[in-house]
Amino acid sequence: MNLQKAFRGRQLKHGQREALYGYSFVLIWIIGFALFTILPLVQTFSYSLNRVTVSATGINLDFVKWDNYSRAIFTDPRFVELIIEYVIETLVSVPIVIIFSMIIAMLLNLKFKFKGVFRTIFFLPVVITSGPVIQELTSQGATSVPGIANSVAIAEFLSQLPSYLRNPIEYLLASFILILWFSGVQILIYLSSLQKIDKSIYEAASIDGASAWESFWKITLPSLSTTTLIIAVYTIIALSHFSENKVVKYIYSQTYAVEGGIGYSSAISFIYFIVLILLLAVIYMLLNSQAKKKYA
Amino acid sequence: MNRFVMNKLNKDYLRSFFLGSRTSYGLIFTVILYMLLIAIGFVYLYPLLFMLVTSMKSGSDLLNPMVQWVPTELYTGNYVKAFRVLNFPTTLTSSIIVSVVPSVIQAMVCSVVGYGLARYRFFGKNLIFALILATFIIPAQNTIIPQMLTYRSLGLLGNIFSLILPAMMGQGLKSAIFILIFYQTFQSLPKVLEEAARLDGASDLKIFISIALPAAIPAFIISFIFSTVWYWNETYLTVVFLEGGMQTLPMQLSKFVQAYENLYPAGVVNIFDRLNEAVKLSGTFLNILPLLLMYFILQKWFVESIERSGITGE
Repeated sequence: MNLQKAFRGRQLKHGQREALYGYSFVLIWIIGFALFTILPLVQTFSYSLNRVTVSATGINLDFVKWDNYSRAIFTDPRFVELIIEYVIETLVSVPIVIIFSMIIAMLLNLKFKFKGVFRTIFFLPVVITSGPVIQELTSQGATSVPGIANSVAIAEFLSQLPSYLRNPIEYLLASFILILWFSGVQILIYLSSLQKIDKSIYEAASIDGASAWESFWKITLPSLSTTTLIIAVYTIIALSHFSENKVVKYIYSQTYAVEGGIGYSSAISFIYFIVLILLLAVIYMLLNSQAKKKYA
Repeated sequence: MNRFVMNKLNKDYLRSFFLGSRTSYGLIFTVILYMLLIAIGFVYLYPLLFMLVTSMKSGSDLLNPMVQWVPTELYTGNYVKAFRVLNFPTTLTSSIIVSVVPSVIQAMVCSVVGYGLARYRFFGKNLIFALILATFIIPAQNTIIPQMLTYRSLGLLGNIFSLILPAMMGQGLKSAIFILIFYQTFQSLPKVLEEAARLDGASDLKIFISIALPAAIPAFIISFIFSTVWYWNETYLTVVFLEGGMQTLPMQLSKFVQAYENLYPAGVVNIFDRLNEAVKLSGTFLNILPLLLMYFILQKWFVESIERSGITGE
């Protein structure tokens, strides 16, 4: 109240007053961003240029320039391998999540009985996907498609393939359900944008003689293109931040490892971050150009 | 003549019954639809069913290859063991605290920030949006170690404050999403009431608290629910920040084997009390049980949430 009186006294212009109140609402976030995101990010970067040893009194830094980075890329075979695996697995998972969540959302957009039950089932994984739970389920073999993953014919077929094809397929078979479990929120996002499409467009199309198949390709898919982009980005981030992600686990193990340490793990987490941004950029450009083409 | 009409009607009826018409889907489509839904539903639930069934198996059922989906008896011994190994009452309490307290704070702070972004025009707003999205993208590993070292020097490691502090500043777990939810909610609310109150001389803070906030209660519930679930399931932050202090259920689950060996030393107990997958899966089930209960009670809020808050990102 006093604050307001003081401002009135000074005769602030409307725009200035508005901006001032705007900043004061957002201020807490800006402070938090500086303290809990920028500052640690810069510190982590400086650690990544040092050999860091933690003692009881504090931390000791020993400047080594880009040594940690070159070690990660050139001499640590495990890390490069994990990054490549991560990129392949993400590129395999994202289309599956997109296609499945779109199909399920379109099914749920229809009118039928027991819709609530199915909706509850499809959204259930959001509640239970935590790292240790997934780890237990995977180690018991509960996340692969029953019957397919263990069949002899498929194993036979896979052994014929070159490894760059075999690894993604094996990953797909072994963790198919897990990939599906990552599509809970995505289904909801698709569902809500499906419901926003004007019904009259479909009616007009069907009067003009368009089949359901045609209206899917000509109406539904173009209307969903922005949503698809958002979902792709969301999925990549969800997969990359998941605590059972192999790279994340490796970074964590390196933090406390004797030969790794905080310096090295900071360096590899920055490389991981850059790879994540590149992935996002590639997917964004791919889908964005698609989206523009469809609208044109 | 009459018979001809009857025949034609009948044909039309049959045709629409099987193939559908403008108003209904028809039998063939309905059957395919339900088959698809049930098939996908089964795939979704398979890990859960597997977990539930296996956790009920006694030692002899596990070894018997004939027993796959129907255990010979409802054996609850695994749950008794898992209950003790997880130290269930204690870990459950700390899990509830660790997920509820930061969630409440996070929802409140994000509502303030979201309101500021939705209602005021100021320089640099787009930059702030970009930075909010950046906080969503930056992996926790890139910021967690300095925070951990700072908390260590402040003596906050193992203390719930190490999770509350970032949440208080809008930097909690996935805060970006909640800020966007509140932003969308406040944007979609009509401004008229707030303007009327302003003409009556209400201060901005008062308008926010007494007019905007009550209208955003659905967004509060959604944010609270989702952030509770995400905090509950979070293990990376909790392991780094809380290890040695509070023990949440997922943290305890990740060292289940070790905890089991401590309670039931391998050399001492008889063969049926050795650690097996049934006990592990009982532990896993106990881990998700509270969330499952919450989900079934608040189901409506979960599934209608995004439709209500209109988060599609445009």
